[in-house]
Amino acid sequence: MISFSPTEEQQMIVNMVRQFAEDEMRKVYRECDESGEIPDRIVSTAWNLGLVSTSIPEVYGGGGGERSSITGCLIAEELAWGDLSIAMHVLCPGLLALPVLEMGTAEQKKKYLPGFCGVKYMPASAALIEPRFNFDPCALSAAAKLDKEGYVLNGQKCYVPLAAEAEALIVYANEKGTGQAFIVENGTPGLVVGEREKNMGIKGLATYELTLKDCRVPRENRLGGANGCDFSRLLNCSRVALSAMATGVARAAFMYSRDYAKERVAFGEPIAARQAIAFMLAEMAIEIDSTRLMAWEAAWRLDKKDEATKEASLVKMYADDMVLMVTDRAVQILGGHGYIREHPVELWLRNGRGFVTFDGMAIV
Amino acid sequence: MIDFEPTQEQKDAIKRAHQIAEEMFRPISRYYDEKEHESPKELIDTLWSRRQDGTLFGGLDLTAALTVEEVCWGDAGFYLVAPGPCLGGAAVFAAGTKEQMERFLKRFNEGGPKWGAMAMTEAGCGSDTSAISTTAVRDGDEWVINGEKIFVTWGKRGLGESDGFVVVWASIDKSAGRAGMKSFVVEAGTPGVRVEKLEKKLGIKVSDTATLVFDNCRVPFDNILGSPEVKKAAEGKAAGFKGAMATFDVTRPIVGAMALGVARAALDFVKDVLREEGIEIRYGSPRKNLTTVERDVMEMEANYKAAKMLILRSLWMMGQLQPNNLESSMAKAKAGLAATKITQKAIEIMGPLGYSRKYLLEKWMRDAKINDIFEGTGQINMLIVARRILNYSRDELK
Repeated sequence: MISFSPTEEQQMIVNMVRQFAEDEMRKVYRECDESGEIPDRIVSTAWNLGLVSTSIPEVYGGGGGERSSITGCLIAEELAWGDLSIAMHVLCPGLLALPVLEMGTAEQKKKYLPGFCGVKYMPASAALIEPRFNFDPCALSAAAKLDKEGYVLNGQKCYVPLAAEAEALIVYANEKGTGQAFIVENGTPGLVVGEREKNMGIKGLATYELTLKDCRVPRENRLGGANGCDFSRLLNCSRVALSAMATGVARAAFMYSRDYAKERVAFGEPIAARQAIAFMLAEMAIEIDSTRLMAWEAAWRLDKKDEATKEASLVKMYADDMVLMVTDRAVQILGGHGYIREHPVELWLRNGRGFVTFDGMAIV
Repeated sequence: MIDFEPTQEQKDAIKRAHQIAEEMFRPISRYYDEKEHESPKELIDTLWSRRQDGTLFGGLDLTAALTVEEVCWGDAGFYLVAPGPCLGGAAVFAAGTKEQMERFLKRFNEGGPKWGAMAMTEAGCGSDTSAISTTAVRDGDEWVINGEKIFVTWGKRGLGESDGFVVVWASIDKSAGRAGMKSFVVEAGTPGVRVEKLEKKLGIKVSDTATLVFDNCRVPFDNILGSPEVKKAAEGKAAGFKGAMATFDVTRPIVGAMALGVARAALDFVKDVLREEGIEIRYGSPRKNLTTVERDVMEMEANYKAAKMLILRSLWMMGQLQPNNLESSMAKAKAGLAATKITQKAIEIMGPLGYSRKYLLEKWMRDAKINDIFEGTGQINMLIVARRILNYSRDELK
């Protein structure tokens, strides 16, 4: 039956994450952006909310909750409302944990999942994007070849979050024309982590270039073993996650610029009392809600195990445009003040612009 | 639990509505567009008998929206000629007493086809509905209504061609402004009201849009919907005006659903033609690697979807008895504009096929446009959204 009401449990999670975002993330996010560092304290507090471990079965030490992309959307939006860099950082282990949970072999689950259920944050990641302008996740250049001893990986990746510290990461590569995933552990010869990248936004998040030079991984490190993985489903889970995050970033910018517009007086009244500003805000509100609901709908399909490439792609495209429109307008509403780093809207515009580039950097 | 699966009952209703759209509406769609003001009598009779046996589309809830989208995929004009309580009925439903509902709505379950119209707009006021000049003056057990209403959808069918009625908005105390605005049910056959003319329109031509003249039109005292008391603005309530606006919270998402149907018709047409030409939309590919047409189609589909989500949410909230004024205006603003843009873009993409009257696409563009105008223009709905999100009164944000 058509319903827009989160379950009681989901609402509790939302409240908890919102509280964390407000009390913790919002206190440090500017400093994180300026310094490029996210305090360990924040990461471990977030980790102890159990956002990644909650859907891991109890046999591996997890919460045994139901794996749900809708719940993931709700969490991702709230975290991204707090700050996108921190949100991506704290959810980063999910880039390995969730694909293994859903598509891994029994051995892979046994080997990797318990690590994500401990009290200590376990850095892990995934490498999808490649450094060329016409990058297409459906036609990866990075290649995996099977020989007698296992897989040989070659290629270049970029925007790999936490690559330097990750205990293990998933490398997406082209194997005989289709995308497959390979688990590569830190220190594997041939896995070369480059310099930390310098990006326009998400400056708090450490991202790296990655070079795979005859990087050998054992046969059993292919996600899903002989069956492989459902690569397009993973891409769709990522599209939905990023759409929810875009919604969170946009909501942050909307709320700030709305409040500012009510405070800021020009020509004798608040600028929000003029349709030029008020209508911008109205459109922002409508588009934010639209995107959120579309992400929920795509996530709902993923939870039903439907093929949701169309819906996930549509909402991702819509979210990319929406978050740029909203964050740009937030800067515009603040005028000159919006351009100054004393206000957060310029940060949200830089982060918002990234979504059209981001792919596979979060998963729900 | 967040869920987007229609119930089996809803699926059946959608299927029935689609069948009506495809088998009854589409084949005669062009004919009645070309022959403006000609009435599809056979279709009306069929729809009326479907209403009597409970297999017609429509209503005012979420299920209704799903079916309204479906039939408007067939033809939005025919949706508007389908007999039933229509907008007038919605007003009675929103503001009437039990006795009034019984007295005015019973007729839709018996006898021949009937319609319920609503008369709000006047020559001198459209969006500014509080500025109406039509008056209702109490005279003993009656109200005496004087004034002229334009753009009355179902005006002719409701009053001139059936035993229906029109709900007319009039002021009982001009000095009270909005608080003095009240609505009255004027039944067909009441002396003093006449149908003056039918408008010639851009689209939805089969739908009758009439001018009604009230010349000392007398209706029983009990035909007033809501309280006959004028609550002064000082008391913080403008009940009369609010009654009108409450009706809109219900009807706006339904109009949005009409827009969705027309938009989807255009989208389906475009995709069918492209498919015949061997063009499939590559959904998973990065946008910058797609062709312009692929991108356009994806954008149209996403906008359709965005509007649909907002409409479903607004009606779901209504079903939960939650206030949905903000959400219904969001849905209407988005859907009206989305359908307008989608149908206009479709004509661009289809080139010579789009502009030709050989196909229905050009008609859909003309039909779609009304959804961005009636039941509150896109701009009025944006204004409502803006006031709600800013928590501004209409004096604070004009």
